[in-house]
Amino acid sequence: MLKTLQNLDRRWIFLSMLLAVAIPILTRTVFPEVVSKQAKMVFDAIEDLPDGSNVLMSYDFDPASQGELLPMAQAFTRHCSVKGHKQYYMALWPLGSPMVDLSIDTIQSEYPDMIYGEDYVKFDYKAGGEAVIRMITQDLRGMFPMDSKGVPLDNIPMTKNIKNIQDMDLIVNVSAGDPGTKQWVQFAATPFGLTTVSGCTGVQAPQMYPYIPEQLAGVLGAIKAAAEYEAAIDEAYPSIAENPRAQEAKRRMGPQLVAHSLMIGLIVIGNWIFFVSRKRGQA
Amino acid sequence: MSTDTTKQSNALIWGVIFIIGAIMLIWSMSTSRTGQVWVTAQQHAFTQLSDGSYTSTDAPASGDIEWTTYKKVSDRDLTQEMIDNGSATLSWSRTIGLWLAAIFTLFILSFLVGDNPAYKFAEAMVVGTSAGYVMVIGLWDVFVPNLLGKLFPTLVQSWALPGMDVAAGSQLLYIVPAILIVMLLFQLMPSGGWISRWPIAFFIGITAGYRMIGYVEADLVAQIKAGIIPLWITGQGGFELWPTVNALLLTIATLAAMVYFFFSIEHKGLVGKTARVGIWFLMITFGASFGYTVMGRIALLAARLEFLFGDWLHFIPSS
Repeated sequence: MLKTLQNLDRRWIFLSMLLAVAIPILTRTVFPEVVSKQAKMVFDAIEDLPDGSNVLMSYDFDPASQGELLPMAQAFTRHCSVKGHKQYYMALWPLGSPMVDLSIDTIQSEYPDMIYGEDYVKFDYKAGGEAVIRMITQDLRGMFPMDSKGVPLDNIPMTKNIKNIQDMDLIVNVSAGDPGTKQWVQFAATPFGLTTVSGCTGVQAPQMYPYIPEQLAGVLGAIKAAAEYEAAIDEAYPSIAENPRAQEAKRRMGPQLVAHSLMIGLIVIGNWIFFVSRKRGQA
Repeated sequence: MSTDTTKQSNALIWGVIFIIGAIMLIWSMSTSRTGQVWVTAQQHAFTQLSDGSYTSTDAPASGDIEWTTYKKVSDRDLTQEMIDNGSATLSWSRTIGLWLAAIFTLFILSFLVGDNPAYKFAEAMVVGTSAGYVMVIGLWDVFVPNLLGKLFPTLVQSWALPGMDVAAGSQLLYIVPAILIVMLLFQLMPSGGWISRWPIAFFIGITAGYRMIGYVEADLVAQIKAGIIPLWITGQGGFELWPTVNALLLTIATLAAMVYFFFSIEHKGLVGKTARVGIWFLMITFGASFGYTVMGRIALLAARLEFLFGDWLHFIPSS
């Protein structure tokens, strides 16, 4: 037994992990979510804004992080849409722009009354990371003379009176790395006191929590927080709770539970093998 | 493990995967619209008014601007009636795209079994298409509007961006970044590569300056301020235990972790013990980071499997 486990091909572990993730997906196992304080802070930051507030949505991630971040990005979009907030979309990553398009697809299919240019607008990707953030805190038109359709900002109802992002009531940043939440904190939230919330990858989350509550109004760390945020929205808006597309993060928590249980089991077995081998003088 | 045993193990794992995959694919294709993408068409028409502006119309006439957009119909929304009356049609281009996405996902996942040509092919495709995409985006979203558009606004307006505002005229200051770009390209020349060092030095200087300001303000000063907190928390109901414990823990963890990185004094006695406490807090932080990383990676795997089982195989409702 011990020898078999010591020499076990690691690909059997990969296969078991594949099954641990696949079976809950196929059986559509979903567990109830309890809204944590962190997720509630993010929810309140958007919920407490007066209807029709200006919200800047920066999607700083790409398809490599889509599985982890798109559910929370879509949840932000739905929450802002149901509240009637005006949404200004931008991306500091070149492949963030197609991610913005997915949220705009959501608006167009689920909130057909919202009008482009009056309720939501998209700016193109701009290179420069923190330099872009720094510039748009002072002069939006200097960096974005037009929207993504090539229309000057003065000809768009919701942008013609916007001078810079200090006119925004909230910044929502969905971040997979650099540039991302850290840069928004450094160049917008801290120096100008702009209220900012972040949805970030699990890898980044521990680095972002120290910014709460002074520099960030809330952080959604990884898919777990996204599921809790979805639960908070579902509680407040039953119409969204009935939408199966709005339950993406919650659906992904089923595989998480089984896969994490498997991983804990593997760590325990691995340690058991190590200590038994050492006791027998094999390690 | 001997080579023969490894080969047997490889064959067994590949065999299991292929058999499971083939059964699932055959079963799915025989019971549902596996690997098909259906779309609905939406007609758009705009007619020109006497003042030159355009307005949408439901009855387009000759000379009006017309185009068609196609929207994907999800599995849960697609009905036999939509197919029979022609309101939903099979999109071959999107179906081919779906199969390519599924096949490339499997190619990438095949690396878990072992390095192989399919994985290498998919990897090269990702790198190539990403590089090409980023280059085109950079050209049209940054280079044309933010540089050429500032230097030659009238030309760019007539050539590429009809909506561009040309009232400001040519902004000659933008010649400086244009020159820096040309200097940077000297790196590709057989001689004169040193010229590219000047713009690189400029970029490094600017970036370092930018980042220094950001870190000092947001990470140093603001975090020190956030770390100076009362250690005895009282609220409306008097003393609050858990916020006080939280504040104490935060202060002890911060100080202990900082002592660990204080290398000017040998870690002995009180300093050594405090540094050891600091290591414990650091280890707990690393553990939390590892847990979060695992969660992130599993979420990515779950997303790809949802795509394979939903959008491709139709075992579950597609997204």
